[in-house]
Amino acid sequence: MSGVSAPGTVPAGSLPGSDSASTQPAAASAALSADHLTVDRGGRPVLRGVTFEVPRGTVTGLLGPSGGGKTTLMRAIVGVQVVKSGSVTVLGLPAGSAELRRRVGYVTQAPSVYADLTVRDNARYFAAIYGVGRAAADAAIAAVGLAEQAGQLVASLSGGQRTRVSLACALLSSPQLLVLDEPTVGLDPVLREELWGQFHELAANGTTLLVSSHVMDEAGRCDRLLLLREGELIADETPAAIRAATGTLDLEQAFLRIIRERATPPEGKVA
Amino acid sequence: MSPRITLATAGRVLTQLRHDPRTIALLLVVPSLLMVILKYVFDGNPLVFDRIGLPLLGVFPFITMFLVTSVAMLRERTSGTLERLLTTPMAKLDLLLGYGIAFALAAAAQAAVACATAYWVLGLHTAGSAALVVAVAVADAVLGMALGLFVSAFARTEFQAVQFMPAIVLPQVLLCGLFIARDQMAGWLDGLSDALPLTYAVQALGEVGVHADVTSTLSRDLAILVGAAVAALVLAAATLRRRSG
Repeated sequence: MSGVSAPGTVPAGSLPGSDSASTQPAAASAALSADHLTVDRGGRPVLRGVTFEVPRGTVTGLLGPSGGGKTTLMRAIVGVQVVKSGSVTVLGLPAGSAELRRRVGYVTQAPSVYADLTVRDNARYFAAIYGVGRAAADAAIAAVGLAEQAGQLVASLSGGQRTRVSLACALLSSPQLLVLDEPTVGLDPVLREELWGQFHELAANGTTLLVSSHVMDEAGRCDRLLLLREGELIADETPAAIRAATGTLDLEQAFLRIIRERATPPEGKVA
Repeated sequence: MSPRITLATAGRVLTQLRHDPRTIALLLVVPSLLMVILKYVFDGNPLVFDRIGLPLLGVFPFITMFLVTSVAMLRERTSGTLERLLTTPMAKLDLLLGYGIAFALAAAAQAAVACATAYWVLGLHTAGSAALVVAVAVADAVLGMALGLFVSAFARTEFQAVQFMPAIVLPQVLLCGLFIARDQMAGWLDGLSDALPLTYAVQALGEVGVHADVTSTLSRDLAILVGAAVAALVLAAATLRRRSG
């Protein structure tokens, strides 16, 4: 999408992958792995022994119905979720390690930026936290296509624009892992297209992205898919493999088949 | 901890305040307005205003900064920005000190306006200098702010946060010696007031009122105020959890 590359592609400082990732031994270790991760919230199990790996430099989709545990899994990855058992390893370190705080970017579902500040104020504040300059803040704003709105209060922006402010603030740290919780909710198709183009551009430069969505048509844009339902991981495959295994091109249908297959043999679910 | 992040946070909080002119107006005008009302409430008995006008210059910033910061912190919590900040390299004390610096500056402006009104319009006299009164008022504001940051950890909703004002602030106002000398209260209340920091704010202002120079009691009271503020900030930092359930 031309809109993505036009305003200066990606913020100047946000391409750690362009040098650091290429010097790292390729695929030496996964960007992210969870090992029998179990989380309770409010006394109820939300994640039940989830195990998976996410390779570096990929866009991985985290899909599944609302309430399936997607946000909880993302919170565990960025280290703000109390974990009952199991572990999450991020870039070779236990999730939540202090060292990861500048290497992992997190965009929450509700845009967590200051509504009573301008777009530029928000970006400059997070730039100061990450120790990158004002130029990086301006570049990040341009990269999400908000250069014209830079002087506007976030409160006056549309929902989709606020999400992009939030994304711009996460890009500032040049994260090696970017965790995005439903970043395209409420966006019009053109913007969605632009954002997905941007995600792949980041991945091409070495950033690993984990993107949650409950819209199945976004699944086809991912390199890998994780399907989370009722706290259990019921698929961990490439879109092509899922289509092949279920014998349908439509990923929505494919997921329905996976869910039904698991539901029919009762002993399959007891485990 | 990083001075860069602390100062950036103070700047960010002040910028948010700047975008809210109504709050600025209320912060600056309300204490002065209340002083004027008080003066004329005791129109027939001017000695009363002379006695309680001065300590009130310390009580107002304590109350307003408590309220403003407990709500500001709660907003930070409910908007998700707090959780986000805690996933960045920011230290918890960076955030709290950033708030502290920003609201201390706001409190200094508020105290300056209130003191100007009290001295120049309402004819307040103190043996000590007005600058000392402003200094004590700023220390009170910082204390109120630190307590506000601390209790906001225990509030889930705005309703709860606002209820902490009567629960935490009003008992201190009742017992600090503003209404009646502390030795005339029931003995156990007098003892309790020794443990409440606002007591020392009122005592400090009383010292400025009657002594031209900085007395040892004033220095001790100021040290207690600052110490209580630091203790509340450390407790507030301890209650900020990076991980939650």
